[in-house]
Order: sequence, then structure tokens, then C-alpha cells
Amino acid sequence: MGIIKTSKLIFDYIRRDEEENIEEIKRAIDGVSLDIKAGQFVAILGHNGSGKSTFAKQLDAILLPTEGTVWIQGMDTSVEENLWEVRKKTGMVFQNPDNQIIGNIVEEDVGFGPENLGVPTEEIWKRVNESLESVGMAAFRLKSPNRLSGGQKQRVAIAGVMAMRPQCIVLDEPTAMLDPNGRKEVVKTVRELNRKEGITVLLITHYMEEVIDADRVIVMDNGKVVMDGTPKEIFSKVEELKSYRLDVPQVTELAYELQKNGVDIPDGILTLEELMENLLPKFAERFPGKVTLGNGVKDGN
Amino acid sequence: MLKDITLGQYYPVDSKLHRLDPRTKLFGTMVFIISLFIANDIWAYLIATFFLISSIRLSQVPFKFMVRGLKAIVFLLLISVSFNLFLTPGEPIFRLGFLKLTREGVKIASFMGVRLIYLVVGSSIMTLTTTPNQLTDGLEKSLGFLKKVGVPVHEVSMMMSIALRFIPILVEETDKIMKAQMARGADFETGNLIQKAKNMIPLLVPLFISAFRRATDLAMAMEARCYRGGEGRTKMKPLRYGKQDGIAYLVCLVYLAAIAGLRIMG
Amino acid sequence: MAIKAEHLNYVYGLGTAFEQCALKDVNLEINDGEFVGLIGHTGSGKSTLIQHLNGLMKATDGAIYYNGRNIYDAGYNLRALRSKVGLVFQYPEHQLFEINVFTDVCFGPKNQGLSRQDAEKRAREALTMVGLDESFYAHSPFELSGGQKRRVAIAGVLAMKPEVLILDEPTAGLDPRGRDEILDQIARLHKERNMTIILVSHSMEDIARYVDRILVMNHGEKVFDDTPKEVFKHYKELEAIGLAAPKITYVVHSLRDHGVPVDDNITTVEEARDEILRLLEK
Repeated sequence: MGIIKTSKLIFDYIRRDEEENIEEIKRAIDGVSLDIKAGQFVAILGHNGSGKSTFAKQLDAILLPTEGTVWIQGMDTSVEENLWEVRKKTGMVFQNPDNQIIGNIVEEDVGFGPENLGVPTEEIWKRVNESLESVGMAAFRLKSPNRLSGGQKQRVAIAGVMAMRPQCIVLDEPTAMLDPNGRKEVVKTVRELNRKEGITVLLITHYMEEVIDADRVIVMDNGKVVMDGTPKEIFSKVEELKSYRLDVPQVTELAYELQKNGVDIPDGILTLEELMENLLPKFAERFPGKVTLGNGVKDGN
Repeated sequence: MLKDITLGQYYPVDSKLHRLDPRTKLFGTMVFIISLFIANDIWAYLIATFFLISSIRLSQVPFKFMVRGLKAIVFLLLISVSFNLFLTPGEPIFRLGFLKLTREGVKIASFMGVRLIYLVVGSSIMTLTTTPNQLTDGLEKSLGFLKKVGVPVHEVSMMMSIALRFIPILVEETDKIMKAQMARGADFETGNLIQKAKNMIPLLVPLFISAFRRATDLAMAMEARCYRGGEGRTKMKPLRYGKQDGIAYLVCLVYLAAIAGLRIMG
Repeated sequence: MAIKAEHLNYVYGLGTAFEQCALKDVNLEINDGEFVGLIGHTGSGKSTLIQHLNGLMKATDGAIYYNGRNIYDAGYNLRALRSKVGLVFQYPEHQLFEINVFTDVCFGPKNQGLSRQDAEKRAREALTMVGLDESFYAHSPFELSGGQKRRVAIAGVLAMKPEVLILDEPTAGLDPRGRDEILDQIARLHKERNMTIILVSHSMEDIARYVDRILVMNHGEKVFDDTPKEVFKHYKELEAIGLAAPKITYVVHSLRDHGVPVDDNITTVEEARDEILRLLEK
């Protein structure tokens, strides 16, 4: 089985009144069965309320299944003995940058996790140094978190998680409260961690540009998995994504609109380069001699 | 911008004082405070002044940071000094209407003033040379024996550390909420005491809710990083006494003895 | 003309060791009925600027005129100004505090001194404007979803019937559909009620779609003040100061760089599509 596996996962939020009687049951996850391979960069997309954040919390045993099972590296999260092992293997980064930083200075916060694990002092320092390097925040190690930008805070949070040497990192909308530059910072950091350290990454988000480089994109709606494939496959279904209250990058949308109006462009254009590759030859035909093709763009003639 | 003004701001520099164990500095500060209340003649105060100035030099923190804390007590200082100056019975040196300036008054007022100033500056040295984490670690270690009688020393220390971390954040949030409510016409200035208290509700309710939300998020984040209380935790920066601490303890004890001695003899 | 700022300067901690210049000689004019966008990197002074426009912050130097009167004149009623110039902060749902939605929205009008009847009338109007019907009125604001809470907060400001509405990143933290809904609602307010709107945002795509004019801030100074098309032509300079142009602009410029005679006055997907189709004669 993959590093993360869920089987017929169901989760209900139960609201009780003062006498502990059930007032309202809201089904947030409605039968999700997924198998995620180690080392992959997987994105989970969904509008607010689709169940994606609730799903993320299942993976760290912050919430336990109402029905069904969640296995992290073969361990059933609902078994009490497994709790701390599960949390050691799965690191979580949350949405609010401030509300997950405990230390008064950066390096102390990164050391918080290893301290909890009872790691010897010398080893803690080794891990803190390596983690700060891996997210590019080593220069800020003595700074107070209050002096950092949102993107920097999230990178510190990621370092804090990395210092626990997890097998996979789950990031629950880590960029929702950041400005565009901060978002780019965080996604770049996470992508590099996945590439260099081979750590499995699960990125939960509703920003489409962030998932272009993912290995696999899963779309959730109403507590269910409704789309599952490569970024190209998912982004070619523009209308379906919009029906799930999601958006596509402007480049993809433009390609789709052109395609709708008869221009011969393949599905799932994700980047500017791909769009140019497909459009420039057509313009070269239309305006011979005027249009230069870029590098690597095939000449239509 | 309020973020920049943190409580007892730490001034990062590698001085002898910075390198001392926080427990040593806690002890030193305590000794100094006690000495200020024991001292009651000019010689004792001179020794105290010497002790204070040496500490300031050793800390390598610019003097202007030391006196920043004094701004907060300017009012208190003025009141206690003037009270003692004019309301102490004794041999009058100067008369201004019904206000009597006495020799005893001058003596007590100056001692009182100096004491207050030294108290603030002395404590500032502590907070300027010790990070909040070191402080709470120091308290946790030195009060560790209380664990045996059931006092949750680690938990309290963790709470203090987290509180210190979030104070600037909550201060900024208070400012934001105040402005948001003022944009809706809220008035935090006019009215009698009861009015003002009522007017605080649009400020306090959102603030509390926000604080609770942060606390919930933080608890979740801590658990996600395998926090389960003090059992089995190791320390990234364990407190270990060094030679300089021994010397510092000795110096403090000698100082205290000197002050006490002067008091007993004088 | 609605708002005019002249040589506006603001320095944090003036006279202390922490002096920091947040606004440097800012001049701007916002006319009745305009829909203006305000963009700038984090720390560029956007938030500081908008807090000056409704008198929440006082400039260290310079003047602000509302409908011709200098708001720093002696005796000027700043509280009344805040009724006219409504300001919705970022994450406005953090200011909700009342026992139910309806009462919370009444808070603003009550502070304006309106009778209970009038205040309630305003609250009803405002809640309708943001698309929340009567079924929400009795709920505690904390029971609602994030997007709904936000709309209640915006209604709370709308209930004061401002002439100018300033919104600081109203789409922060919302998903794509939520973002579209709020922006469409704001656009409707602009069109139907002729409200002057100032929109602070980080999303160039959103700005390009909705506003008539863009003000660009950089390190406390206003560096651009023009229509979206003009401003985004300077996309290289925008990048240099930590911003960007809408992604579609890069498509257009890339095409031009390769010799395609495409009109570079394009800032939205629809315009790009139409232009490309025109050129390919489809």
C-alpha cells in the first residue's frame, strides 16, 4: 500500500447542545478511498467546504474517522498506540502562519518538535541547522517570528516539521493567508523538498497555479473525490472545474476559449511556454515572415 | 509597527552578561532588588550604584535602552518623590506656602527616587540580556523542585513562553479591532466609567474570540508536532552552569553581604 | 470631487529611535463614482493610506480634503467622516461581536445616532445588498461560514450608507467562487448605487477586471496613477517593485515579442481571446 491510504473514509461533524443531544450532523467526508505513493507531490483541490481540510486533519490523526480507515505507512490512525508514531511520520503545516509558531525565536521554534520527541541536544541542533538550510531560512535563525513576512513564517513552520524527519508533509492551505510573493516562496520551498529529499508532499489548496507541477491532482467536492489525475488531465476539463467552484490559470482558460472557438490547440495547456508552442506556428502561417518562432517551437511549414 | 515594541526587549549581543545562565541572572536581580530595600545610607547606595554601572558596562547594551523602561514610571516617580519631599515631617529648609520642604524629606525622597530608578534599570538589564525563552527555562529549572508537590512547573513555564510570544500579536490585533469598530462609529473615548466599560464590548468580544481561536489552532499545531507535556522532553538549549556563573554568584553574595553589613553597622 | 490628498506624509514613531516613513508626499484625487484599485507590495503603505482617508490615522504632514473641506481643520467632525467614508478592513469578520447577525449590522447605524427603527431599516437594506436574507438574521454571527461572516461584516459598514467604500483585500482567504461573488457584489454596488469604491488588492487579475483606475504604491510613494491598461503596460517596472501584471498580459507581450501584431492593450482573458481570434480570422 502507499504511504497514505484511506478506505471508505467517512467523517461527520457532530454538533451537540447543552444536554449532549445531537443537534446537527454534517458529513464532511463522504466515502473517500485513496492510495498515495511515497515520494509523490500530490495536490488536493477543492472549494471552501469541500472537505479537503477535514481530510488533511485525518492524516495526522487530529481527527479520527467516523467510519472507514486511514493508514499512514501501514499504521491504522484510530489505534491509540499508533498516535504518536503517526504524528511523527506525518508532519502538518497549517493555514495561519502565526498560530503554529511557538518559539520566541526562529531556531527555537524549529527545535520544538525534536524536543518533544526526546532527541538528544546535539542531534536537535544538527536537525535544526539542516532544516533551516533546506527551507532557506538559516539567515533568520535568531530573529523573532514577528519580524518575518507571512511566507517566511510558513517556511519556518515547514522547517519545524522537517526537523522531525517525517515521511510525508501535509500542508493545509498554507498559502491562503499570504500575498502572491509569499505563496510563490512557499510552493517553491515545498516543491524543492519533494524533489531533493524525496519527501511525500500533500498540498491542500484552492489556488490552481500552485498545482501545475504536481504529480497528481485530486479534486474534492461535497466530501467526495470527484476528479483524480495529472495536472494536464485535470486542467483540460475547464467546465467541470468551474462547476466545482474552482478556477483555472488564465493561460489554461485562454487556451480553452480559443479551442472552443475552433483554434486547433490540445487540451490541458498549463504554462505560457506551452501556449506559445501551440500558437506561434499558427501566427507564423498567418503572418509569414513577420513572426519568429521561439526556441524549441516547431516550424509549421 | 507595534510589533517592534516587545516586552522587555532582548538586545542581541555577545556580552559576558548575556552568556550567564539565566538562573544566575535571576538570582542577581533578586539580590539587587533586596539590596535596594536594605540599603539606607549613602555608602550603601554608592556600592549599589557601582554594582549597577558595572553590570550595565558588562552587558554591552547601549545606555539608551536601559532608560527606556523609565518612561513608564515617570509619573509614579514624580508622585512618590514629591510626596516624600513635601510631606515628610522634620527640620524645614524651605517653605512654599503650605508646602514644607524638610531635610528628612529630601533624604527620603532622593533615596526613594534612586531606588525606583535602580529597580527599573536593574530589571531591564535582566530582560535586555536574557531571551524570553531563557527566562522561562531558568524559572522552570530553578522552580523544578515544586513539581514534587504537584505544581505544574513545566506547563506554567510553557504557558508563559507562549504568552510572551503572542503578546505583540494580540496588541496588534487589539489595534486592528479598535480601528475596525471606530470605522463603524464606535467611540472609545467619551462617556463616564460605566459608558466606557460598555463601549469596550465591541473590542473585548472579538479579541477574546480571536484569542481562543489562536489557542485552539496552537494546541492543534503543538499536538501535530508530538507535544504531550513535559515528560520525555529534551532541551535544545539546556541550562548548564559554567565557571562564569560561579564567579557571578560569588560577586552577588559579596555585594549583598556588603550592603547588609553597612545596614547592620550603620 | 470626493477625496483629495495633498502632500500626505506619515512617519511612524516620529521623533523616536524607531522612525519609519510609511507615506511619502502622496498626492491623489478620487472623484465621485470612480472605481479605483490600490495595489502595492506588502509594506508599501496601502493600509496606512486608506486609514488616513477616513481619518482613523492622522498624517504627520499634508492635508486631506473630503468634498472640498480639509479634514484636519479645527472642529471637523471625524466621526461623521467615517460615516461617509466606509472602511472594510482585511478579514472584517474578526470585528463581529453581537449576539446575532441583525444586531451586529445595526451597530454602525446606532453609532450614527439613528433611531432604532431607522437603524433596523438600514440593516435590512444592507443585508439584502450582500445577499443575506431574513433566515440569517437571528443566527449568531459565529455560526456562519467564513464567506457568510464576511458578508455580514461588509453589511455592517454598508448599513452606515457611506458615499465612499474602501475595501482592504475583501477576497483574502476566499476560494475562487467566493472571490467572484464578493467582487461581483461590489461591482453591483458601484453600478447600481453609484458608490465611489476603492479596492485594495493583491490580485492583478481581479483589479484588471473591475476598476477604472489604478494607484500603485511602492515604499510609501505613489508611483503610478492611471487606467489599468496604461499601468500594466509598465509590467517590467511593476515586477521590479515586487508586483506583477495579470498573467494574460504576459501572453500578449510574449506574442508581440515574437512579432505577432497583437494589440498590447489587453488585460483580461476575454480581450485576449477576441484579439487572437480576430488575428487568426476565426
